[in-house]
Amino acid sequence: MTFTDKLKTNPTALWSGVVLIACALIALPFALAMAGTTWVRVTNLAILFTLLALGLNIVVGFAGLLDLGYIAFYGVGAYVYALLASPQFNLHLPFWVILPIGALAACVFGVLLGAPTLKLRGDYLAIVTLGFGEIVRIFFNNLSQPVNITNGPQGISRIDPFTIGSFSFSQNEVLLGLNFSGPIKYYYLLLLVLIAVIVINLRLEDSRIGRAWQAIREDEVAAQAMGINTTRIKLLAFAMGASFGGVAGGMFAAMQGFISPESFVLVESVMVLSMVVLGGMGNIWGVIVGALLLSFVPELLRHTVDPLQRSLFGRLIVEPEVVRMLLFGLALMLMMLFRPAGLWPSKVRQRELADE
Amino acid sequence: MSILLDARDIGKRFGGVEALSAISLTIEHGEIYGLIGPNGAGKTTFFNVLTGVYRADSGGFSFDGAPLNVSAPHQVAVAGIARTFQNIRLFANMSALENVMVGRHVRTHAGIFGAILRGAGTRAEERAIHERARALLDYVGLAARGNEIAHSLPYGDQRRLEIARALATDPKLLALDEPAAGMNATETATLRQLLERIRTDGTTLLLIEHDMKLVMGLCDRIAVLDYGRKIAEGAPAAVRKDAAVIEAYLGGELA
Amino acid sequence: MEIFLQQLINGLTLGSVYAVVALGYTMVYGIIQLINFAHGEVVMIGAMVAFSVIGWLAANTALPPLVIVLIGTLAAIPACVGVGYALEIFAYRRLRHAPRLAPLITAIGASIVLQQVAMMIWSRNPLGFPQIIPNTVYHLEGATITLVQIAIIVTSVLLMVGLTLVVYRTRLGVAMRATSQNAHIAGLMGVNVNQIIAATFMIGAALAAVAGVMVGSYYGIAHYTMGSLLGLKAFCAAVLGGIGNLAGAMLGGMLLGIVEALGAGYIGDFTNNVFGSNYQDVFAFLVLIGVLVFRPSGLLGERIGERA
Repeated sequence: MTFTDKLKTNPTALWSGVVLIACALIALPFALAMAGTTWVRVTNLAILFTLLALGLNIVVGFAGLLDLGYIAFYGVGAYVYALLASPQFNLHLPFWVILPIGALAACVFGVLLGAPTLKLRGDYLAIVTLGFGEIVRIFFNNLSQPVNITNGPQGISRIDPFTIGSFSFSQNEVLLGLNFSGPIKYYYLLLLVLIAVIVINLRLEDSRIGRAWQAIREDEVAAQAMGINTTRIKLLAFAMGASFGGVAGGMFAAMQGFISPESFVLVESVMVLSMVVLGGMGNIWGVIVGALLLSFVPELLRHTVDPLQRSLFGRLIVEPEVVRMLLFGLALMLMMLFRPAGLWPSKVRQRELADE
Repeated sequence: MSILLDARDIGKRFGGVEALSAISLTIEHGEIYGLIGPNGAGKTTFFNVLTGVYRADSGGFSFDGAPLNVSAPHQVAVAGIARTFQNIRLFANMSALENVMVGRHVRTHAGIFGAILRGAGTRAEERAIHERARALLDYVGLAARGNEIAHSLPYGDQRRLEIARALATDPKLLALDEPAAGMNATETATLRQLLERIRTDGTTLLLIEHDMKLVMGLCDRIAVLDYGRKIAEGAPAAVRKDAAVIEAYLGGELA
Repeated sequence: MEIFLQQLINGLTLGSVYAVVALGYTMVYGIIQLINFAHGEVVMIGAMVAFSVIGWLAANTALPPLVIVLIGTLAAIPACVGVGYALEIFAYRRLRHAPRLAPLITAIGASIVLQQVAMMIWSRNPLGFPQIIPNTVYHLEGATITLVQIAIIVTSVLLMVGLTLVVYRTRLGVAMRATSQNAHIAGLMGVNVNQIIAATFMIGAALAAVAGVMVGSYYGIAHYTMGSLLGLKAFCAAVLGGIGNLAGAMLGGMLLGIVEALGAGYIGDFTNNVFGSNYQDVFAFLVLIGVLVFRPSGLLGERIGERA
């Protein structure tokens, strides 16, 4: 019996585990805050990237479509939020209005990209999506003349944080004797959103649409013969993945208060794709692990490599950023050579790779 | 008996090769219709044109009284024609049950919102899909193998699974491409029983086959293709004596 | 009219470089159906190595400029060939029969690694091209063409002719073409498939080295990030011409360069200055998307159907 089978047969163990994890998650930000608010911010970004990875997992893991420009949807969501809640156009709509608009905008972009290109074969689709991601970024970078929409490379700042009435997510408050800083408030919101997204993903996987995605991934010709409108179903995957990206982007803009095209470059798309691949494509839990790993390890490295170099060599030989990217690139190569199914692949994925 | 499928003057070229040339045939409701001919005669090409994988260069189909306008392959299943493939095309890494459940896709409706919200309607539909899939596996004799992964099934079971999956689409016409290929005599006999049962239960069958014993015993009528042309059509007994057919299979007289 | 001619000249120059780089992509794709994402980085390494050598020679010797550039190029070639060979041996060979995603990700990983290594060796600062080539300018109907531009176009043409001769007139070429048609059968016919594939990578890398010197001398600087965008555009050019097709890569490269240059030159006029030449990079991607949507086999490629 596998670990998860054992869990299913022992409800007491399962529920005790869940309660323990829940307590740990609720207490986590305060523990992190003791080491510095930066670590709460890092965790928040990690959760955001996990949301992105779960969104991309629908496209890459469920439907088997290669998307190398996913970060564009994140960017669309972020800029929509920034344009509707900042001094840029002096609009200050509430977040519960903007986030759905952002999701919709990203969804539209997803459909625009997918409609003509989903019939393309694997690596061609990858390159086209990459090109699309770059085009979107170039537009973000240049839509400052003649009408200043995105404020070009300088980006948009002083973005409104989430507010509900007088409760602002960026203000420090003291409740129940505990100090809730802005990042800590966002943490709980992000955690709730993450749980919702996980539930949505689990439900999608075990549904008529989820089975259709898997059928298309297995054998597109047979899927068509069974009456599956493969173009429409693939487009659905694209649109869903894009919407998740859009929502995450909106939250990013509000949390950080400032966005610029720099956050939406190709490397970020590669990063999100790596989280999905590393974790184990198609497996929701594996993808979460992959996302958390790829978000936290570089930060940990940054805080250890720097002092380590200084103590060993007396100075900084290699910048932490370079070390991070170098290890990332090597990790990608080594993963594909030795464990292409990812760290925690879905059983289906393991079978697929065992065949080939 | 009424006509279910009417193929008129179907033509298909691939570059210089005329794979199908003015093929006309009719299949009646409730028949078992066989399509035979030497290798390369165009039988699978005909299937592919019928099911929308290729577009016919000339001619057209009527299905159940209406013209069959297929602009995308998936619409054929919607119209009521399901097929199996010459080289089995199962969803290899899904279980047998899941394969058949995918077959129910075309007759069910739950979409994204249904999947996410899981309202009462969606839950009921999912239960119905499960039950029907289990029933179909039982129908073809694979009830015990529902949770096994498709590619690990023995060859004969894989063929039967493909039939169950096709039946899940509630077809009016079931088109089978060499269903008995690679089967021994016992398996072929079991297959024959299954196919006759499918016909009795209301589905018309069109099959491509090379196993002459099966074809002659099972089919009500046969068409013979050779080099893209139909060279004979009729009851099995008549066709097997047709001179053109014999020549196609065995070659002409020695001079 | 002057703008047109000038942009045409600029386009031809840039297009020649795209063509030479595109050849590397198309050869590798033709033979093992892999998009060698790291190819752009190989070009960058060629430029960096050459510039380092050229810079040192220019500062410390009195050799004529042509000789300096030649030595620089000759130093770059083995460096790039080594990198190309290493990529094939260490990164791609084991993944030859893996699903498409694996070599693609490996290639991306390799590209990242190469960039970072270049950054570590040469630092973030760009290397400049020393002022050793005379700034001779020729005038042509109101447009100007520099010596460097002429050199680039001529060198590219020579390289393309040379490669075509190798592929169509030598035993190596026959082996390469056979392997790209059907590697398995080629192996049965006595071709050492691994060697041929390695040779393909090495030839592409050698071309990349020269392309690196050309593009570096055209813009006057070499920088560790110069490879990625150039590589992407050259890949677009290869797809435009028909991936796997040598003539297609050359045609696609030239065309893309001209489209980019003319587009950048005229887009301001066409859109009333809403979009300016800063959108130049978009053209390559738009061309790519357009080609793949409307004519996926490219201009000179073959149409392949799928049997059920």
